[in-house]
Order: sequence, then structure tokens, then C-alpha cells
Amino acid sequence: MTMTLTTTAPTTGRPHPGAHLTTAQLDELAREVDAIRAEVTGGLGASDARYIRDIIALQRTLEASGRALLLAGRASAAWVAGVGMLSVAKILENMEIGHNVIHGQWDWLRDPDLHSTTWEWDNVAPARAWKHTHNDLHHTWTNVVGRDDDVGYNLLRVTDRQPWTPRALANLPLNLLLAPFFEWGIAIYGLELVDYREGRKSKAALRRDLAEFAKKAGRQGAKDYVATPLLAQALSRSGLAALTGTFAANVVRNLWTHAVIFCGHFPDGIETFPEESVARESRGQWCVRQLTGSGNIEGGRLLHVLTGHLSFQIEHHLFPDLPSNHYPAIAPRVKALCAKYGLPYTSGPLLRQVAQTWRSIGRLSLPDAVRDAWPNLRAGRRRAARARRAAVAV
Amino acid sequence: MLTSVLSRVATALTYPLAPEDFLTVVDRRHSTRQRRGVVTGVEHHGADVATIRFRPGRGWLPPRAGQWLRVGVEIDGVRHWRPFSLSSAEGERPAITVGAVGLVSGALVRATRPGDPLYLDQPQGDFVLPAAPGPLLFLGAGTGLTPLRSMLVSLLARDPDADVTLLHLARTRADALFADELDALAAAHPRFRLLRRLSGTDGRLDLTAPSALDALVPDWRARAAYACGPEGVVADAEQAWAGASGLTVERFTPPRRVPAGTAGGRVTFARSARVVDAAGARPLLEAGEEAGVRLDSGCRMGICRTCLTRLDDGQVRDLGTGQVHGEPGDLIRLCVSAAAGDVRLDA
Repeated sequence: MTMTLTTTAPTTGRPHPGAHLTTAQLDELAREVDAIRAEVTGGLGASDARYIRDIIALQRTLEASGRALLLAGRASAAWVAGVGMLSVAKILENMEIGHNVIHGQWDWLRDPDLHSTTWEWDNVAPARAWKHTHNDLHHTWTNVVGRDDDVGYNLLRVTDRQPWTPRALANLPLNLLLAPFFEWGIAIYGLELVDYREGRKSKAALRRDLAEFAKKAGRQGAKDYVATPLLAQALSRSGLAALTGTFAANVVRNLWTHAVIFCGHFPDGIETFPEESVARESRGQWCVRQLTGSGNIEGGRLLHVLTGHLSFQIEHHLFPDLPSNHYPAIAPRVKALCAKYGLPYTSGPLLRQVAQTWRSIGRLSLPDAVRDAWPNLRAGRRRAARARRAAVAV
Repeated sequence: MLTSVLSRVATALTYPLAPEDFLTVVDRRHSTRQRRGVVTGVEHHGADVATIRFRPGRGWLPPRAGQWLRVGVEIDGVRHWRPFSLSSAEGERPAITVGAVGLVSGALVRATRPGDPLYLDQPQGDFVLPAAPGPLLFLGAGTGLTPLRSMLVSLLARDPDADVTLLHLARTRADALFADELDALAAAHPRFRLLRRLSGTDGRLDLTAPSALDALVPDWRARAAYACGPEGVVADAEQAWAGASGLTVERFTPPRRVPAGTAGGRVTFARSARVVDAAGARPLLEAGEEAGVRLDSGCRMGICRTCLTRLDDGQVRDLGTGQVHGEPGDLIRLCVSAAAGDVRLDA
């Protein structure tokens, strides 16, 4: 990697999406957001505890059954069913359970078995590294180019605020390669190699992170690609089938998480922010950035659970540590806040959002002058402008 | 050899979980990190006191008579921990006897059913019998009888002729915990002397006047004494024994040496964005909980350090000693600290 994102970002001439709001309005927005939060935390109780424990029990049932079926994976029905169950188990573990538990959404239960400080997930990225890059950096500096490295993961050009370099030409093939191995991308990204190269991370810290990553990835590999195939071979000479089965389940999970996570911040109409815009940012401005820097996916209950409720990315960014099962209920209120304050609320069905992320990544691989001949990227921004104009005066 | 190989394979297959974690499939509240027990019986003594017997799970160390342990229960989804003295004797199925005085004890007394899980810490404490007991005097009131009952039954099982006197203070006979069992023990063991003083009929016993003790237990100074009960009783006993050695006490609430009217301050719970005015004798833990701040706590009497929280600004008063202390960055025990002026906490 030679490109870094720390060079001065191009100015786009676009106003901050909250530029039309007065200080008083921003303060009022923050108060309304806090009121929603207080209401949810005040009502948490036994039914929430039951929800997450039921999901965990379901996930472990699927995980154990799926892996057991792969032990007899020579039979193609067992292989298909095993891969299906294990894929769903890994998706649940990654999203609704792992991501959310590590966020501290369930810390209020005070259950050490279900706590952000003790949870380790079924992913090659160690939970500790993830907590730093994701919980600290990404959730604090959401979509701030130069601060939030989730903007392209030091790999892709996902916004016109990132300067174009020839490497952007590889945007599409890089993303094609990243999707099936997304967990590896996340883990390597968590090493913060760019920070190390630019002197912001010490050699000792990098060495520690590398050792942790090697150990974690080693044990993940030992489970999926050594122990499971060996046992399958011993039991039913299904070693190869089990190996392809666990690999397939990991790929399915990675494709899914890649799609869902890209839909959270890269579809049309979602804003990115220059670094100077967050200097002395007020709480209200922070809320505006979270609201306009994230996008939702529309769908049914099953889709929401399988995305770990990251289909409510906007609500998740406003309230990262509220239990995810509450996002659906507060979404209409968050949407109403956006309408009231003239802010866009980006949302769309899964396939459309996924298509938009790929289209943007494709378009952004081209130099800006060439790309401007390709008009669709402006569409989302026109929608946002319309929302601002349509907003009632507040 | 085979089992160790099997267990290594199982661990490799379930990483990052442990094989036992899959027990949550059959028991949602299974825990691999917390010792658990299962309630086997609940016996009510009147409306507000109950003995809860439990079968401890793996890793339980047998308690010594008189010890206490932290017990965790789930109330509306949230795990709460409180310390309780064991009332069971050594060798008996472990039990705690609980008076319903607060959130957790109330839930334990009223809502516990056989089959419920209890989260358990290891038994601990040095309110225990001496290695070679000479003449003993137990002084107990209210649920303070729990560790004393444990010690008494254990002692008499080991040595039926043990020389032990129990001064049992209660309001009425109906309030006197374990009354029938103690009567039966006194009948069976001639050298066990049971003195029951009922304040409802006999009037309140003033322990601080040595004459009262002299009249009831003339040789009290020659006995190794153990006192447990409400703060008033324990404090009175300490006063009676002042200077004399041989008194061991157990408290269920921390001693408060800070007068009620002491000036407090404005307490800011920075991360929760809550601000409350707290009196100078009120534990910061209680002030925060009342304001809706979610705070971790365990024993609530300064022992377990679960409630350690960083002090960002201001000073606090130690409710046990009355001493004012604190520098920014200090970790303080919220359960035994009160505001001494304005305080800012990282919570």
C-alpha cells in the first residue's frame, strides 16, 4: 500500500448537512436524541435478557448442528444443510451477538458471560483490536475522512473527499477480493499498519497486535480447517467435504457482513466529512453527523436479525450501546427527527443499497473529471437537498 | 489420557467458546465464568425472612461455620450481588437465611423458588470458631443469628459438651429466628445455655451497662465472644467490651461514623450525564443508583471493590472513618464514600 488518506482531502463545495441549523436547534436535537436514549435504557428488563439469550441458544444450536452435519459431509445433503446452518450460525455470531455484545449493548445485564470486556467472537480479528478501531475510532469519528479509517479501510476510494490516486483504478477488483475474505480485511486493517508506517503507532504495539492476531487467526483456522476436517475424516472419511464446508460457511458469512457493512455508510446520499468540520463539534453536530453519515436497509424481521440490526445503522450510530432489539421501535422517531430538522434519512432495500455501493466504488475508481460525466452520484445529494427544502421551519 | 485428548479436540472445535458454553442451549442461564448453585428449598420464617438452601455447582469450597459469601441473583434481567452469612452448619447443605430489607434480599425472600439458579462467590470471612474453643458467648439479634446458628450447630455436632452461651435478642418470640431449633438444642446439650431476651416483654437490654451483662452471664469476660446483628447491637457490644479482648463481630452493614447532617455536594456522573445533589453521609453508590446511573456493585460495604470508580474531580469522605480524601484519578469505593463538596466521577 502506498496511498494514504492523510493528505489534504479535496474540497467538494458541498455544505455540511447541518449547516442550516442554528445552535439552539442543534442543542434541541441533542436533547431529543438523549430523551429517546433515556426512555430505552429506563425500560430495559427481563424480556431483553431473554431475547439475547434465546438468540445465543439458537446460534449455538445451529453452530453445533451445522458442524456435526459437516462431519458427514460426503453425503451432499449433509454438506448443503451443514454449510447452510453453519453460515447462519456464523452470521448470527458475527452480527447480532458478537458485534453488539462487544459494543457493550448487553453490559447492563452485568453478566460476565455476556459482557464487552470478556467476549471473544468467531472471527479472525481479535475482539480487543476491533474494540479500538471500531468502537473508539469509527463510532467517534464516523465518516470523517482522515480520522475514521472505515472510510475505505485504507484500501478503497469510497468518497470524493478522498483524493484520487492511480490505485483507485483497482477499486472494483480490490473490493471483489475483499468481500469473500472480509474478516481478514478487518483483522489486517485492525493492525493499523498505516499508523505504524507514519509513526503514530509504536513497534511494540504493532508487535503485540501481530502476536494477538496470529494467535487468534491460528485458533480460528485450527477449528475450521484442521480439527473439523480431521474429525470428519476419522469418522466418515469426509475430511475434504468438511474442509470445503467450513470454508464455504466462512465465505458466505464474509460476503454477507461485507454487503451489510458497506450498506451502512457507502450508499448514495450518505455524507462524509472533512477533518476540519469536526473541530469543536457540538453534541448536536455530532448527532447530525451520525444521522447523515449512516444509511439503513429496509426489510423484514429476519433481515434485521441477520444484519445484527445494522439495517438500522442510523439508530445504531446514534445509540451504539443500546440493545439492538430496540432499534426497530425507535427508528420511526429518529426518522421523524430527521424530517423535523431537515436532514436526510437514507434508507432502501438491500439489493438497491448494495448496488449503489458497488456503483459508487466503480465510479470513484475514475479520476473526478472523467467521473463527472457519470451523473448518478449526484442523485442522492439532490434527494438530501429536497429533504432540507421540504422540512418545516423549526 | 483419552479424556484429555477428547477435551482438547472439543475445545479446538468450539473456539472461541468453551465446550461447556454449549450448555446454554439447554439452560439459558448456564455460566462458564460464574460459580452457580441451584436452589433446593426455601423455608419461610414469618413473612420477611427465609432460609434458602442450595446445591453448589463445581468449584465450591466447603465453608467454615460463620463465613459469608456473595450471592448473585437476576432481577428484571440485571445481575445483582449481595453478601449473606451462611446459616448452614459445616457438613449441611449450604443455606443462607435472608431478611427482606432491600431490593435483592426482598427478591430472594419473595421470589426464589426451588430450581432457580444462584450465582455464588466463594465463602469467606474470619467470623469463625477458634481452633480449640474454650468457653464461648454468642450474642445475636435479628438475622444476625445466621452465622451464630451455623457456628453453634457445627460446634455441638463436633463436641456435644461444648461450653457455649447464646444471648439471643429479639422483639417477640415469633421474631426470634431459629427459636424452636435452639430450644431443642438447649434441651439436648446441658452445657449449651440459651438466654433469650424479648424486648417486647422484657424491655430493651442495655448492653453498654456492664451490670446487664454481669447479671445474665456472670463470667462473660472469660468467654470468647461473637456478636452479630443490627449495627446498634454490634456497636453496643463493642462499647461493652471496650478495652477487653475476646470480642469478634460481624456486620451486615458498614459502620457509619459520619453524622447524618454532614455537608455533601453536587455529584456529576460524567459518562452517564447525570448530576445529583448528595448528602455528606450518603454513599455515592446509592445517590447514583437513585438518579438512574447504572453502577456496578457487589458487597456494598467496602469489601469487594466491585464499585471502584475513578474520581475525576473533588474529594470524598470515607463513611467508615470520616476521613476526607481523594485526588483526581484515584479509584474510590462508591459504596462507602460520600461527597465532601462537589465531585465528578467517571461513571
